[in-house]
Amino acid sequence: MAVSVSESPVLVAGPRTGLRADRPYWRRNLPVTIVLYVVLALGSLAFVYPFLWMIATSLRSLAGVGSAGASIWPSEFLWDNYSRAITSFPFWRYALNSVLTTLIPIVGTVFSCSLAGFAFARLRVRFSGVVFAIVLATMLLPGEVTMVPQFMLFNNLGMIDTLYPLILPAFFGSPFYIFLFRQFFARMPSELADAAVMDGCGWFRMFLLVYLPLARPAVVAVSILLFMGYWNNFLGPAIYINSDQWKTLPLALAGFQSVNGTDTPLLMATSILITLPCLAIFFFAQKQITNGITFTGSR
Amino acid sequence: MNPTIGWIRQLAESWGVPAVLVPLVPFLILLIALYAVIGLAAYGAKRKWPRADKTIAFWLFISPWLIGFLIFTVGPMISSVYVSLTSWDLITPPTFVGFGNYTEAFQDPKVAQALKVTLLYAVISVPLQTVLAFLVALLMNVDLPGIRLFRTIWYLPSLVSGVAQMVLFLWVFNPQYGLANDLLAKVGIQGPGWFNDASWALPTVILMSLWTVGSAMVIYLAGLKDVPLNLYEAAALDGASVTRVFWHITLPQLSPIILFNILTGIIGALQIFTQGFIADGGPKNSLLFFVYYLYENAFQNFRMGYASALAWMLFVIILALTAVTARASSFAVYYETEQGGGGRRRRSSRKAR
Repeated sequence: MAVSVSESPVLVAGPRTGLRADRPYWRRNLPVTIVLYVVLALGSLAFVYPFLWMIATSLRSLAGVGSAGASIWPSEFLWDNYSRAITSFPFWRYALNSVLTTLIPIVGTVFSCSLAGFAFARLRVRFSGVVFAIVLATMLLPGEVTMVPQFMLFNNLGMIDTLYPLILPAFFGSPFYIFLFRQFFARMPSELADAAVMDGCGWFRMFLLVYLPLARPAVVAVSILLFMGYWNNFLGPAIYINSDQWKTLPLALAGFQSVNGTDTPLLMATSILITLPCLAIFFFAQKQITNGITFTGSR
Repeated sequence: MNPTIGWIRQLAESWGVPAVLVPLVPFLILLIALYAVIGLAAYGAKRKWPRADKTIAFWLFISPWLIGFLIFTVGPMISSVYVSLTSWDLITPPTFVGFGNYTEAFQDPKVAQALKVTLLYAVISVPLQTVLAFLVALLMNVDLPGIRLFRTIWYLPSLVSGVAQMVLFLWVFNPQYGLANDLLAKVGIQGPGWFNDASWALPTVILMSLWTVGSAMVIYLAGLKDVPLNLYEAAALDGASVTRVFWHITLPQLSPIILFNILTGIIGALQIFTQGFIADGGPKNSLLFFVYYLYENAFQNFRMGYASALAWMLFVIILALTAVTARASSFAVYYETEQGGGGRRRRSSRKAR
C-alpha cells in the first residue's frame, strides 16, 4: 500500500509540511480524520476516567461508594468529606511542613545550580572540564547508595526527625540541574559578559545582575519541575521523619491509608487536596512545564 | 549524636535559641567556619595572583556543589564501603564482619525475591512505557483542531504521582468495589484480585505505571516537532512510503531521545519504592521492591551494615544495566554531527529558551 508522505496523518503535521499547504490535512482526508478522533476520544476517556472517578468517589458517602462501582455519575455531593479530610488530621500542620520542604529547597537548588551552571558555561578555566565530567558522572549515581550513610551523617548532626535533612542538601546543588543551567547559559551570547567586564563588574555581580535575570525562563521551568519532585517526595520523609508534627502531606497520606484504609471517600478527598497545588501550577504554567520537560528529556 | 555537636547544641539551648533552630546551629557554625577559610584563601590568592580572578571565581561559584559532593556523596560513599563490612544497629558500636553481609545477601531468599520483582518490573514496564509514549506522541503530532486539548487530557494523570496515585489505584483495583472489576463485570468477566493476588500484584503496578505515560509523551512530541522538515520533503519527492519514512527518518532522528528516556526509565524503575511501601510489600512479597527491602533493613530493623551491602548491590546492578543498554543501542542510535549536512534547520524555540 503506497501512501505518500503527504498523505500520512502521523508523520506530517499540517502547517509544517509546506507540501499542499492549500488545505489542512484534516480537511483533505476526512475518513482518516474521523478514525483519529475516535482513537483520541477513546484514549482520552481511558486516561481521564480514573481521574473523574476519583473526584466522584470523593463526594460520595461510604454506602454510596459500595453501590456506585465504576459509575462517575455524581449522585451525591458530600462536600463534608473535604472538611473531614482537613479536620480529621492536622492537615494544615502537614501542609506547612510540605510547603517548607518544597519552597526552601527550590530556592536553594535554583541558586546553587545556576551559580555552578554559570561557572561551567562562562568561566572556562583549567580543570573546569574535568570537574564538569565529574558532575555528569554523579548523575548516574543512585541516591539509594548514599541513603544509609547520609542517614548516619544526619544522625551525627542530631537532625533525625527534623525537616533539615529534607531541606539542607538542596543548597549544595544537584548535578542534573547544574547541567541544565550550564546548557542554558552556554547558549547566551558572550558579548553580555564582555560588556559587563568593561563596566568593571565583578563576576558575582555579573551573574546576579546580568545573567540570572536573563535566565528567567530556565529558572521558572526548573522551579516547576522541582516543585513536582519535592512536593511528592516520599522516600526522604519516610526515612527521616518519625514524629507526627514533622510529617509532610504524602507521608501523612500513606499513614492515613493504613489507618483509615476503608474510608474511601475520605482518602480520595485527601488525595485530591494533596494533588491540587500541582494541578493549579499545571493550569497556570502549562507552557513552562512543557518547556521544562522537553528541556530535560532531550538534552 | 556526635558529642561535640551535642555540646554545641546544649550551648545554643542555654543561649535561648528556639528549639526548632537548635539542630541547625552546629551545622551553620561548621559551614560558616568552612566559608571563612575558603574566603580567606580566595582573598589571599587574589592578592598573590591578581590576574587569576576568573579561576578564583570559578572555584568559588562551584564551591556549594563541591562541598555538597564531598559531604553528601563522597564521604558517605567511603563510609558506606566500611559500614557494609560491619554489623551495626546504630546504638552499639559496629563490629567488623568482613564480607559477611554480602554472603548473607547472596543467600537471603528475600533478596532474590526483591531482585526478581524489581528486575521484572524494570524489564517489562520500561519497554511498554516507551512504546506507548512514542505511539501516543505520534498520534498527538497530527495537526487536528482541538489536538491541544487531547494533549492536556493525556498529560493530566502525570500530575497525580507518588502516594496519591497509589492510594487512588488501590481503590481502582479493589476487587470488590473497584472501578476495574465493575467494568469487567459489565462485560461478563470475573476480574482478578489485582493487588490482593500475589500473581497479579506486579502486573497491576505495571499497568498503573502506564497511566502516567504523558510526561514521556511530551518529550517525544517535542522531538517529533524537531525533525528537520527537508528530510520529509526529500522523502516525499522520492515517493517513499509512510512505513519507510517512519523507519528511515522519524525513528533514527528520535533515537537519541528514545535512548535517553530508556536509560532514565531503567534507573527510575530500579529505584521504585512508594508502591511497595504503601502495599506493604504486597501479598507473599510480590511487591517487595529492592529499595523497599533496603529501607526495611536500614530504617525499620536498623541493620545498617546489611543495608549498605544491599545498596552497593543495587549500585552495581544499575551500572551494569545502564552500560548494557547503552552498549546494545549504540548501533541503533543515530547522532547527527554538529555541522549537519546542509540546512539543518532547527526552528525549535527550545534551544533559545
